[in-house]
Amino acid sequence: MKFLAPLVPLVLLTAISEFLVREGFVRAYLIPAPSDVFRAMIDSRLELAQALLSTSAGSLAGFSMSALTGIAIAVLLSSSRAVQRAFYPYAIFFQTVPLIAVAPLLVIWFGFGIQTVIASAFVASVFPVIANTLSGILSTDPPLRDLFKLYHASPLATLFKLRLPAALPQVFTGLRVSAGLAVIGAIVGEFIAGGGLGSVVEIARTQQRIDKVFAAVLLASLLGLGLFGLINLLSHLMLRRWHASEQPQ
Amino acid sequence: MTSTSRGVALQLEGVRRVFDNNRVVIAGMDLQIDPGEFLAVLGPSGCGKSTLLRMIARLSEPDSGHIRMQPDGEPFQTAFVFQDAHLLPWRDVLSNAALPLELMGEAKLTRLEKARAVLGQVGLLEALDRYPAELSGGMRMRVSLARALITEPRLLLLDEPFAALDEITRFHLDVQLRELWQGRGMTVIFVTHSVSEAAFLANRAVVLGGKGAAIQLDRRLELPAVRNNELRGDPRLGQEMRLLLGAIEE
Repeated sequence: MKFLAPLVPLVLLTAISEFLVREGFVRAYLIPAPSDVFRAMIDSRLELAQALLSTSAGSLAGFSMSALTGIAIAVLLSSSRAVQRAFYPYAIFFQTVPLIAVAPLLVIWFGFGIQTVIASAFVASVFPVIANTLSGILSTDPPLRDLFKLYHASPLATLFKLRLPAALPQVFTGLRVSAGLAVIGAIVGEFIAGGGLGSVVEIARTQQRIDKVFAAVLLASLLGLGLFGLINLLSHLMLRRWHASEQPQ
Repeated sequence: MTSTSRGVALQLEGVRRVFDNNRVVIAGMDLQIDPGEFLAVLGPSGCGKSTLLRMIARLSEPDSGHIRMQPDGEPFQTAFVFQDAHLLPWRDVLSNAALPLELMGEAKLTRLEKARAVLGQVGLLEALDRYPAELSGGMRMRVSLARALITEPRLLLLDEPFAALDEITRFHLDVQLRELWQGRGMTVIFVTHSVSEAAFLANRAVVLGGKGAAIQLDRRLELPAVRNNELRGDPRLGQEMRLLLGAIEE
């Protein structure tokens, strides 16, 4: 039942849109019928599969870099109030720069190809990891900090045995947000640098193949969903014994 | 005081603590605590009991005055039990109890062996692989107590440890704590709101109150050394409780 519930609106929406397009209430060049999208997927399956593979690689690489770099930056920022005051505003500034405006610069710096896609996915997805990890590290239970102080724990021991494990639930919150953003970043990168589903969307758009555009968008969304599911699985495995978010309600 | 005391002696001289908002929490406290003593510290909320405990644990420093410990300089001779258990929720009972030894660099086998022994003393041997979320409040507090005792501290500080527990569990833990103290001969300072708990557990009680945590009463309790649940109905306990309550209400 848990897995069937989200399928109900999907089936309903598919049926309604199929009906609306077939009966001419909505023009097919604006929104294609679901059956046309499905057909486009079958017809262009090889091209779409290769594009999906390429976007997956770019998204995963950018997301992994975001996870590692984001956690490392959060740890550095948490090391002292002074470091935090000096550098955190730049992290926020980095987040507010519009990705679509920066993407052409990424091509200049990294050239055409997967490296720009990875950089774009990274830029889009790193901030939620930094913000959530930092918040998790800073909100470590004060009596537990006192306990570690009482036993003269080294800063490294405090970090690895207390602060990072305590921050894990919030790290996963950041990673969930970041997973979706990494796919968006990769697609934006592909618009500029070429390759992957972004490129398929761009070319199909110029050919007025709206069904193919929808097919590529659907695959990109499924990729984001898959990445999100992967993080959820990891979170469940790591937190299920001790954190309320992963325990039965 | 136990005859084989290995507890520390404490001397507080003119200890003063002022918070950032210029509120004087403790204004020049003088207090002498003998080795192996079980001292209860009572007083209304916000009177400075926990602040005093934190300074004794060296988790914060007095603004002036001195806290001297004898013997001093021995690492890890102080242990602290907080109001709530404050266990690491991602660790099971065994590795929670072993944490202090892990931070002190003790080898894994030795520390787990010691953790098993101390968890046995607090009656938790059947819960070694359970996580804090799977324990009752009383069990969590016993893990916290085991974690404090694993380093064989000379000074055990407890900050209202049983306040959040139901009365039956509290009675049980009171008896257990008293037995542990008698067996180990450490010095214990027990901060509490509960007059009955203070009278039942301690050999000496100090009541703080008024501005700057002035000592309103410092009394050696005239009760038998062996404390069990039969004592709870003893008129002598009632008499001590009335005296302590009177000092708090003054």
